[in-house]
Amino acid sequence: MSLRNFQIYRGDGTVGEMKSYQLEIEKGMVVLDVIHRIQAEQAGDLAVRWNCKAGKCGSCSVEINGKPKLSCMTRMNEYAEDETISIRPLKAFPIMRDLVADVSWNYEQNKRITPFKPDPSSKNESGDYVMMQEDIDRVQEFRKCIECYLCQNVCHVLRDHERKDAFVGPRFMIRLAGLEMHPLDMQDRIPDVKNSYGSGMCNITRCCTDVCPEHIQITDNGIIPMKERVVDRYYDPVMKLIGLIFRRK
Amino acid sequence: MDISDIKTIEHDVIVLGAGGAGLRAAIECSMHGLSTGLVCKSLLGKAHTVMAEGGVAAALGNVDSRDNWKVHFRDTMRGGKFLNNWRMAELHAKEAPDRVRELEEWGAVFDRTKTGLINQRNFGGHRYPRLAHVGDRTGLEIIRTLQDHGIHQGIDVYMECTGLDLLKDGDRISGMVAMWRETGEFVIFKSKAVILATGGGGKAWKITSNSWEYTGDGYGMAYEAGAELMDMEFTQFHPTGMVWPPSVRGTLVTEGVRGEGGILVNSEGKRFMFDNIPDRFAPETADTEDETARWLEGDKEARRPPELLTRDVVARAIRKEVKAGRGSPHGGAFLDIASRRSAEDIQKKLPSMYHQFKVLAELDITEEPMEVGPTLHYFMGGVRVDSDSQMTCVPGLFAAGECAAGVHGANRLGGNSLSDLLVCGKLAGEGAVKYLESNKDEINLDENRAREIIRAATDILNRESGENPYLIHEDLQETMQSNVGIVRDDELLTLGISGIDKLWNKFKNVKADGASQFNPGWHQAIALRNLLITSEAVAKAARLRQESRGAHTRVDYEGERDEWLKVNVVIKKSPDGTMSVEKVERGSPDPELERIANLSIEELEEEVQREAGQP
Repeated sequence: MSLRNFQIYRGDGTVGEMKSYQLEIEKGMVVLDVIHRIQAEQAGDLAVRWNCKAGKCGSCSVEINGKPKLSCMTRMNEYAEDETISIRPLKAFPIMRDLVADVSWNYEQNKRITPFKPDPSSKNESGDYVMMQEDIDRVQEFRKCIECYLCQNVCHVLRDHERKDAFVGPRFMIRLAGLEMHPLDMQDRIPDVKNSYGSGMCNITRCCTDVCPEHIQITDNGIIPMKERVVDRYYDPVMKLIGLIFRRK
Repeated sequence: MDISDIKTIEHDVIVLGAGGAGLRAAIECSMHGLSTGLVCKSLLGKAHTVMAEGGVAAALGNVDSRDNWKVHFRDTMRGGKFLNNWRMAELHAKEAPDRVRELEEWGAVFDRTKTGLINQRNFGGHRYPRLAHVGDRTGLEIIRTLQDHGIHQGIDVYMECTGLDLLKDGDRISGMVAMWRETGEFVIFKSKAVILATGGGGKAWKITSNSWEYTGDGYGMAYEAGAELMDMEFTQFHPTGMVWPPSVRGTLVTEGVRGEGGILVNSEGKRFMFDNIPDRFAPETADTEDETARWLEGDKEARRPPELLTRDVVARAIRKEVKAGRGSPHGGAFLDIASRRSAEDIQKKLPSMYHQFKVLAELDITEEPMEVGPTLHYFMGGVRVDSDSQMTCVPGLFAAGECAAGVHGANRLGGNSLSDLLVCGKLAGEGAVKYLESNKDEINLDENRAREIIRAATDILNRESGENPYLIHEDLQETMQSNVGIVRDDELLTLGISGIDKLWNKFKNVKADGASQFNPGWHQAIALRNLLITSEAVAKAARLRQESRGAHTRVDYEGERDEWLKVNVVIKKSPDGTMSVEKVERGSPDPELERIANLSIEELEEEVQREAGQP
């Protein structure tokens, strides 16, 4: 047991401040436990989002001492005993109240993505789709995403340059990669990846990969291959030449 | 208060809850052209389904071609100690394979067999490897697939919105009053049909794998609207929850660990499940270490290890070891996968378990055994519905998934929940479609009732002073944990019921501080009513059922009793406002289904092979 100091953002998007709290910490506690304990004992109306408390749902994303993290998977013993721990809502999105950010923009982006459409000819004679494990390993990596939006929160395009109008962000780049690399899918989203979803905006700083709690190689396995497909389609001189020849015909 | 100031949103059907059952129901409704509103307490994609780990049970027969709906049906009935609704268990087993294949059609990517088909794994109570899975994050795959498919179907999704109570026009449903969690503003949904898909009520217990959302909202709302609850005494304690550190006590450890060969040992290093094999399962369970080793290597002649007995059996066995002083340091049993599988296998097959223990317990499961103990996990009982349409006795009110009763009887097999969500979610959607086809006349909103519902919610904020909602909740959790636990008797249950009674009185004077915007104290206070109805229903049904069956264990009435197989305990609200708890005859089963369930496994395997045209 030890008494620790916390600074927690209280307020909405327009008015708010960091408020101080103190709490006795027990062995094994995570930051979300601290928030819950403060909520139950000191501030009954402290707003926080959470669900599974086991790193599976991606609801409890906050910024702890400036670092975007899942509060349910951040143990108190990661911090020194005399360290004051600050907890803030995600910066890249509007604040609803206290630690809750308005992430609805992300849901709008997902809706813009052309849905999956399977190729019926991939079925065998019994009507089952056949896919080899080695062909789906990379897609399964992207499908581990728990939509915590930590990657969206640290993406420079969204966070610092506020260009939500131009780029869907890392979360949806890997969703697109997961669809484009799906062995059964027969849609072509590459023109949209370039023109509408803004793959060119990403300058590969890998901040998104660093914060991913699922350790998805967002940049190397998702975004870069998508950028390469755009380049192959639009900027490859050989392909361009072939395109021109065919157009002349 | 002027009700015309409150926004009214109109749909053909409102689905409350956006886990697997709610999403699947909403997809079905909108596929049939209904204007569909999907209302959920959390953000879309965060519902409990996301936490399901091990897999979805379906007799695809990809790994063992002997599998067939009949064997899945038989396993489900035996797991449920024959208290399941026969027709629902039949529909569930028959339709699960198509529901899983349909997910692939919508983009799901299940782990594959060597020939490129959907892979299936072993699980407790299932005769063959039957659970389609994605590592140990199957629920995530299912909810994301339904979510990504559903958002292009024209479903209107209302996130972070709490359903308060249902509205009726005469006897039938006319909508629901709800509250936006962000602003605290109220909203009226006007619809001829409402599908409840709100899951269970595990938050009434202290040690549970359930999140804050599981407050029995569907049970409370259905009960208040005049629908019946059934089999509420059957609450599943999952045998393997984390026991340490305290803050994660109850968090689920997937049965997949045992499916992949994990064994349970006590503090003396003894594999105690060998001493806990019930007679009913003895012919189908391995009784030597040697046989379980052969089973793990894939020998189809070898019988299944006793660790894969049904959850009720394993949970009681762990409890017995702990009581006898042979538990682990923090009061559980040891679950060991490290000595059974390579580190690489474990990380590949059980990645989220590896991660969960590494981060939360600072333990490497590829090297050390886990400490596990029982945790309240699932409600077999719930809202009583028709087996084919999923409609309650209130016209226009449907329920599906964990919120509904019937498929699982006295105990659910692992993997049968995800399949239940998909099968019954679709059935509920179809039920609503049919209901609307034959109910075309206009409905009226009961404004007085709407006003009452809103006043009940705002009173909590407006009281000068009163009881702290968090403390009432804590008291309730203590009461249920100590008196309505894994092992029950009349004295404990009576104590529990009087404890709940006292909390009802406190609840009448509950007070939340602060404003109405995103106020968790207020939300907690609102959820308490549903938690209290749920708890009272469980405790009273448990006191009435004087036998031990499946997840319901009475030390004062040991063993299954034939007379209790003939009845369900059904609960409804009496006209005087008290809770009526009655035995209701189940009726006789379809003779063909009864025959299948009672065949020996050898007879059934022979029959299935004969039908498949093999000698």
